[in-house]
Amino acid sequence: MSLTNKERMKIPRQPMPTQDPVLRLKNFNEVALGYTEELAVTEANRCLQCKKPSCVEGCPVGVLIPQFIKALREGDMARAVAAMKEKNSLPAVCGRVCPQEVQCEAKCVLSKKGQPVAIGRLERFVGDYELAHRVCPLEPKPPTGKKVAIAGTGPAGLSCAVDVAREGHSVTMFESLHKPGGVLTYGIPQFRLPKEIVSSEISYAVNCLGIKILTDHIVGKTVTVGELLEEYDAVFLGTGAGLPVFLNIPGINASGVLSANEFLTRVNLMKGYLFPEYDTPVKIGRRVAVIGGGNVAMDAARCALRLQAIRDIEGREVRIVYRRSREELPARAEEIHHAEEEGVIFDYLTAPLEILTDERGNVRAMKCIRMELGEPDSSGRRKPVAIKGSEFEMEVDMVIVAIGTNPNPLVFNEAKGLEKTPHGTVVVKDWETGRTTMYRVWAGGDLVTGAATVVSAMGAGKRSAEDINRFLSGEVTSW
Amino acid sequence: MYPIIEKEAFSETTKKMVVEAPHVARKAKPGQFVIVQIDEKGERIPLTIADFDRKAGTITLIFQEIGKSTRELGMLKVGEALLTVAGPLGHPTEIAYYGTVICVGGGVGIAPIFPIARALKEAQNEVISIIGARTKSLLFWEDRMREVSDELIICTDDGSYGRKAIVTTPLKEILDIKGNLISKIWAIGPAIMMKAVSEVTASYGIPTMVSLNTVMVDGTGMCGGCRVLLEEGPRFVCVDGPEFDGHKVDWSNLLARLAFYREEEKKALEHWEEHECHLDNMLKAEDRRN
Repeated sequence: MSLTNKERMKIPRQPMPTQDPVLRLKNFNEVALGYTEELAVTEANRCLQCKKPSCVEGCPVGVLIPQFIKALREGDMARAVAAMKEKNSLPAVCGRVCPQEVQCEAKCVLSKKGQPVAIGRLERFVGDYELAHRVCPLEPKPPTGKKVAIAGTGPAGLSCAVDVAREGHSVTMFESLHKPGGVLTYGIPQFRLPKEIVSSEISYAVNCLGIKILTDHIVGKTVTVGELLEEYDAVFLGTGAGLPVFLNIPGINASGVLSANEFLTRVNLMKGYLFPEYDTPVKIGRRVAVIGGGNVAMDAARCALRLQAIRDIEGREVRIVYRRSREELPARAEEIHHAEEEGVIFDYLTAPLEILTDERGNVRAMKCIRMELGEPDSSGRRKPVAIKGSEFEMEVDMVIVAIGTNPNPLVFNEAKGLEKTPHGTVVVKDWETGRTTMYRVWAGGDLVTGAATVVSAMGAGKRSAEDINRFLSGEVTSW
Repeated sequence: MYPIIEKEAFSETTKKMVVEAPHVARKAKPGQFVIVQIDEKGERIPLTIADFDRKAGTITLIFQEIGKSTRELGMLKVGEALLTVAGPLGHPTEIAYYGTVICVGGGVGIAPIFPIARALKEAQNEVISIIGARTKSLLFWEDRMREVSDELIICTDDGSYGRKAIVTTPLKEILDIKGNLISKIWAIGPAIMMKAVSEVTASYGIPTMVSLNTVMVDGTGMCGGCRVLLEEGPRFVCVDGPEFDGHKVDWSNLLARLAFYREEEKKALEHWEEHECHLDNMLKAEDRRN
């Protein structure tokens, strides 16, 4: 069936089937259920196959978007997967967690009418097909005898590992936790990114390409970068930004104030929502305030809602406390939408001043102040300014801090020559390659940029992999 | 997986385990700790490295069975294995020649104080050690501590062995006699003991290091659950510690944070005991059938 562009443009953007907002509060199952084949083909038929596809420019890893969509709508799934995998080794992950509305979909010509092709949903469909059918095996070239060490098994490390291992180099990855995946495993909740998908993608790559993963190995503690260089020809650092930032306000160390990292790790990695069947407890308050407006804040708020609902807590409330307004929320649009749908209360233009405790040191309230938006600041967003005399007490018994994370400094231990910025990130000499100031050491992802997205970390890992491959082949020898 | 090579019961509730973990043993230093997880459903718990053997690739863990996880750990047999042993974590103790030093170990805190006392002794310090426990059966490593100490004082709360006293009593006596000769003090044990020791030594103005064991998940600086309030602000026990100047610690904040999961700890233990009893009964029923 061949459609004209006019006909294609008449097809409305296909909605994503989702779990009912009321029912899903009682479980941690995935919220977005994925397109059926019919929905996927209908949506794929909306693509105009632009001669100069600007969507690809919006993708940090340059996925061959028109090609995979064309193959999909022609029913050739093997070709769709192959086109996808050309640039993206984790489509089932990216399809779920990328902020497509500011990347590929923002550049889609149809977005001018507010209805871009749902590239992310189609990507997920292709990724899920590959997960179920495995039509595109990863095959390594013959062994080169060269050895590469990769610190961190998150998005940056994984994408780097896959591209380096395909070249025939022997890859060993070092993971500090007991499970690989980094933020995909400990941070992003089950209802947004099922852990089975993460582990399936990792074990598949590991098995196909013979990648070795050493868990319980903390780079900087168990083994240092200096030691890795003695044994390996190249080292890639992708240890992320795992160190939570706490607000510098009185009461921040009260019982009941925790980082989103801790809360999410207890819930996701340690499966605290299944306590006491699983041993790691996770507490939940009756009135929970999550400070921050990014994806991590949304994840924490939505996990909190679910724990409250599952435990049948009366008078329950979860609020997002954000110092700017809805327009400035850095979270992915779909997450904000889902959080609103599920009943998260949004306190915009509100900043915490102090955490107040009871006689036992537990959180009882948070003193806040109202803000208004002033002139744009260095980030280009309008700067929030406190409104004098607008202080008030917000009654809460749990505070989750989700205002950002910094790189973990452990990686710098005994890494002589590895320079860092005042923000604690690694200095790279060249963003295209991710080369650091230390010979034979590359870095990418949040460790270099500070907290960013899964796909930008993947892009960085990929670019470093290309350079590592060139370096190990002897194509480039300078540093 | 990390196999258990050796196991010894120091008392009904204090167990020693030697675990094969060459990646930790090769780097371990006195004062550091590991995160241990028994199995997939287990929690990650921090345990101090009581000793290590680089050649054999083993580390020694000593723990007291208090909650569900430590009791389950205590039930593991030689040949069984742990899912996770991650480390060595935290800063090592700053070993140097200080002159005369005092090492105080309370209860299961005797285990981590031992390698510190040994290293201090090797660094030519005069080491006075005080070890104490609630009762005689909870004391261990008297011989090892004696070997590395110029003077060893033993006390029990109930007087069943050594002096009938808590560790701060002999400590105060020593400081009264020769406080001016003591350069530094290390104290490891229950939080309440480290608090008491810090209060005593503060009035003599002697630097006192305590090793904190707080709530922790990853142990690498990722969760911040371990944060402790110092005079200069919050610090992470896992990456900034575990040793801190005891005079700067906000002890009431620390004790409050330690109590945060008490309810859940109780619940976990009850759930486990119920499950264990259920298993026991099933086995008994099968016996009867046979």
